[in-house]
Amino acid sequence: MGHILIKDLNKGFIEQSKKQSMGHVIIKNLNKEFIDRRKKSRCRSDAVPKHNRIPVLDNINLEFLNGEMVCILGPSGCGKSTLLRIVAGFDNAFSGNVLIDGKAHSGPSSDHIFVFQHSSLFPWMTVKENVELGLRAMKDQEEKEEKIQEYIDIVDLGGFEMHYPHQLSGGMQRRAELARALAVNPDILFMDEPFSGLDFLTHMRAREEVVNVHQFIGITMLIVTHDIDDALVMGDRIIVFSSRPARVKMARKLDFPRPRDFEKQPELNELRSEIFLMLGVPHAV
Amino acid sequence: MNLFFGNSNKPQHLTILAPILSFTLLILIWDIITRFSGWSDQVFPGPLKVFISIHELVLDGTLLKHTVASLFRVTAGFYLAIITGIPAGMILGRWKPGMIMLNPVIQFLRPISPLAWIPLAMLWFGIGDPPAVFLIFLSAFFPLVVSTMTAVLEINPVFFQVAANFNFSRFEVVTKIIFPAILPSVIQALRITVGIAWLVVVAAEMIAVNSGLGYLILDSRNALRMDYVMAGMIVIGLIGLILDFIMKRLGKIDSVFWGNISH
Repeated sequence: MGHILIKDLNKGFIEQSKKQSMGHVIIKNLNKEFIDRRKKSRCRSDAVPKHNRIPVLDNINLEFLNGEMVCILGPSGCGKSTLLRIVAGFDNAFSGNVLIDGKAHSGPSSDHIFVFQHSSLFPWMTVKENVELGLRAMKDQEEKEEKIQEYIDIVDLGGFEMHYPHQLSGGMQRRAELARALAVNPDILFMDEPFSGLDFLTHMRAREEVVNVHQFIGITMLIVTHDIDDALVMGDRIIVFSSRPARVKMARKLDFPRPRDFEKQPELNELRSEIFLMLGVPHAV
Repeated sequence: MNLFFGNSNKPQHLTILAPILSFTLLILIWDIITRFSGWSDQVFPGPLKVFISIHELVLDGTLLKHTVASLFRVTAGFYLAIITGIPAGMILGRWKPGMIMLNPVIQFLRPISPLAWIPLAMLWFGIGDPPAVFLIFLSAFFPLVVSTMTAVLEINPVFFQVAANFNFSRFEVVTKIIFPAILPSVIQALRITVGIAWLVVVAAEMIAVNSGLGYLILDSRNALRMDYVMAGMIVIGLIGLILDFIMKRLGKIDSVFWGNISH
């Protein structure tokens, strides 16, 4: 896989390395509340009483650097997906500032692609047509075909171009989705539990693939996960959230060389135990 | 088991042979009943007499003429319903206030049998094709609006977020998401409504016009030619079968077939 990638990527991604300065995210004093609608409708007064608002994100201050792969961990329901959706521009009901490359964000954009938790490939389009969505603007048909093929090859789906999503396995669907996201040539890639629902081996392979893709393309990637091992193996940095309302409990740079191995890198293993403890599992198994 | 589920190694043979067998059986029972019921040929003609009559009607061209007339009305009314009903359903599915306002009206009009409109249709459109086409339109329009609307409402909201993420234009949202997403359900609805339309055309032709298979049956009754009545019934059944077959094939196109998997 590795050398094939290098060969393909040298051809196609030179222009992307010039984009390295993009994909810088600053989150300042971010607060987010959900309103409990059930309680609200029972209450007659117009003003929503304070106790009916459920704080989800509590004063989050974070910075994601260009080309950084950051894994966000936290107990389930703590608001990590919510944070991702806010940064991606899908949720505007928050207070505080989210700056992407110095600009306050305004809605979803093809510069920041979101890979959804459940497959969001269009089931009525083939793999090729799905990947093509990100390259619609290209005029030169030949060049476009070449690009499509390039991205399909990156995720190792050559030969499945004409397959519909329902004809692919779960792992292949995720890869196709990754190809579609990369084809847009975004500055930032958001992934919300990208490996959930995959079997163990597919999970491992998909994880490796994402790490490879990140090393070669070098765009900013924000990955929300509940899998501590995923975060430790993949991330340049990990951020651990507390339970709701989410606060940043820990932000740690991971200076471990890849490929990472818990047995050969005792410090990594220590960190793993520490995070397990932090998230409420006293003995890392 | 294989006989019923077609899982044997020769399913094609079975799907052709089994229906032939059941139709033969049906004709056999029909023949036996006519022979032993004691009814005369004029009251309950047997299969042989009816097939000879069909042959006669085919040869002198009346059957073709009436079939074409009926098919024309169904096609006209059905297409009218498609070009108005499907866009209406799409709009209502995406425009909530419109849906809240109009859905009760549609649900109120929908259960009224198209046949109940016959007196009004004749008064408004006179005699001839227009009232029949109008009735067929009515019979197909409401089911199409409702099923299109439901299909639009059922589109996975994530697809619209993807659309926003990929900077889709409004036009692209319609052509690349809404339309293909509802296609499987719409084809299913078309299959059902073409059946309803075909039911209604026969009834409509018995009243307002002087051509078509419904008219053939009524006219033959007046002439006490039960063999022609049954000939008309058989042709109606056959055409219904063909229409359904065509609609079923549409649902098997690759880009539509995903609907069978995910639903």
